[in-house]
Amino acid sequence: MDQIETFYDVMRRQGITRRSFMKYCSLTAAALGLGPSFVPKIAHAMETKPRTPVIWVHGLECTCCSESFIRSAHPLAKDVVLSMISLDYDDTLMAAAGHAAEAAMADTIERYKGEYILAVEGNPPLAEDGMFCITGGKPFVEKLRYAAKDAKAIISWGACASYGCVQAAKPNPTQATPVHKVITDKPIIKVPGCPPIAEVMTGVITYMLTFDRMPELDRQGRPKMFYSQRIHDKCYRRPHFDAGQFVESWDDDNARKGYCLYKMGCKGPTTYNACSTVRWNEGVSFPIQSGHGCIGCSEDGFWDHGSFYDRVTDLTQFGVEANADKVGFAAAGVVGGGIALHAAVSALKSAQVKSQSKPTVQNEEA
Amino acid sequence: MTRGATAPPARALAGDATEADRATVARRTSVYVYEVPVRLWHWINAAAIIVLCVTGYLIGSPPPTMIIAEATHQFVFGYIRFAHFAAAMIMTVGFFGRIYWAFVGNHHSKQMFMLPVWKRSWWAEVWHEVKWYAFLERTPKKYVGHNPLAQIAMFFFMTVGMTFMIVTGFALYAEGAGAGTVLHTIAAPFLAWIGNSQVLHSIHHLGMWFIVIFMMIHIYAAIREDIMSRQSMVSTMISGTRTFKDDRPD
Ligand code: HEM
Ligand code: SF4
Ligand code: SF4
Repeated sequence: MDQIETFYDVMRRQGITRRSFMKYCSLTAAALGLGPSFVPKIAHAMETKPRTPVIWVHGLECTCCSESFIRSAHPLAKDVVLSMISLDYDDTLMAAAGHAAEAAMADTIERYKGEYILAVEGNPPLAEDGMFCITGGKPFVEKLRYAAKDAKAIISWGACASYGCVQAAKPNPTQATPVHKVITDKPIIKVPGCPPIAEVMTGVITYMLTFDRMPELDRQGRPKMFYSQRIHDKCYRRPHFDAGQFVESWDDDNARKGYCLYKMGCKGPTTYNACSTVRWNEGVSFPIQSGHGCIGCSEDGFWDHGSFYDRVTDLTQFGVEANADKVGFAAAGVVGGGIALHAAVSALKSAQVKSQSKPTVQNEEA
Repeated sequence: MTRGATAPPARALAGDATEADRATVARRTSVYVYEVPVRLWHWINAAAIIVLCVTGYLIGSPPPTMIIAEATHQFVFGYIRFAHFAAAMIMTVGFFGRIYWAFVGNHHSKQMFMLPVWKRSWWAEVWHEVKWYAFLERTPKKYVGHNPLAQIAMFFFMTVGMTFMIVTGFALYAEGAGAGTVLHTIAAPFLAWIGNSQVLHSIHHLGMWFIVIFMMIHIYAAIREDIMSRQSMVSTMISGTRTFKDDRPD
């Protein structure tokens, strides 16, 4: 096995100057929420540690995660990480194609057994032996199992790999299945979103490459540094929420004033993601800032939880096309009707009993 | 003025009492069932639940936008949510207090928490009560505490229902409190098990209707029993004493 280069070696070979390299290190520290004291540590790690190889595979998906990734706001981070990844395997981004590409993957797995990170975009459909997604002439699920077997850790990119996303929405005809339900013996990091934010993606991968360990995860397996707060917790429209000032319909005056989108079905209160802090497209904006509610794209099964435009959503996940209020109101109506009927019969019955037992009652009172 | 020599002085009745009244009262047909903590809890809990239902409904469907001041100086929805959380805390503390009282209180204070499903006689009384409500039985039985049907309702709607609302409510509250807080640490496994928090909102919301339906049945049954059964109902929860309208022993 030949000597594995360090990150620094790779960067220098890619024509990146020492100055740019240091800039990259401080940028990374900032992106990960680390203090300036971490900059030399990151630099040292990158100079001395052999780089971590990455294999990036694509299952049933739309490639929006890759699209997001290559638009990272910090071009240096993107270039560095991308160039390092493309050294190994990414069937969408790499130069090689066909048999050469598949050979590259086999070669990487062979050379870096137990050391590489497997990044999965999309998910495997399991119905019909996985025939709904064929890559390299084989069902994707086989490729996934093959690549996962010797991986150190797995990153589940996006809602597809993490939860299933649209292809797993009911009735899920292809039986699209999130990665953690297929690969159960490897540490898995979920980076949900449709797509995930570019800076979140590069942040997670840079963390793993530099520190050679997984970022701290929450109970659902998401990196805490990006997924421990709801959109609602850091939303800049939150004061309008607390004030009770809502957009009542699209294009009303309140919408122009930028009031809270709660009544328009905003899922910010139930969605864990970094959109309201990191934002999108180099920090330009995010859905709510553009006047549309959050649709909850980074949450489990977000397609199956009723309309994006209802706050009290239909209980579709329980197979009911009505929301809690409609169900409850109908049930209360039925019970109310029952009570009225019961009361009427009770009154009739007791009147009957009274008239029958009148003499005895008078006797008692006498 | 017919002050009978046989009547003990403690039972001395006002002048308008007839011989019949005296005879009835002498038989002492009232029993002290609901102790002070139980009655206090009942009414505080009722008030808290009404506040929770109204504010909870408004949390799902907020009132029309009010523009009283700049957002910084206006806190309308915030106050609605605050009222919900305040009532929630009162209800929860009360519920724990009520559980405590089930241990130290009288026999009837335990009924809400335990169904004697292992007793055949209890099932017979359930059946009797079902028939009474279905108009198939002419006379209801006398109960000092809850009748078995009411006991079942109490158990499922209050003990189970309130536990459900407290668990889901505090999980929602933990989300607002945020990761890292003690409450969130406790709720984290439950939140992870639920997955998408929208589900949590939906089931908490459904729970409200479950409790609303209970309130409707509860109030109707209490008033109906007060009128038609052989014992007092509504006043019992105020005074604590159950009075019986006849002295037949069955
Ligand atoms: C009888 C008891 C209760 C009723 C009827 C009730 C009712 C409701 C309803 C209808 C909602 C709106 C759900 C939605 O559609 O988003 C809600 C939200 C909520 N409830 Fe309750 N609730 C009860 C008890 C509790 C308790 C014990 C707590 C504990 C602190 C609690 C905390 C919350 C929280 C945190 C929310 C979400 C507020 C938000 O999203 O802004 N509730 N409740
Ligand atoms: S717009 Fe959405 S996320 Fe922002 S405060 Fe309103 S409900 Fe919360
Ligand atoms: S605001 Fe919500 S729907 Fe939009 S990208 Fe962020 S998490 Fe997804």
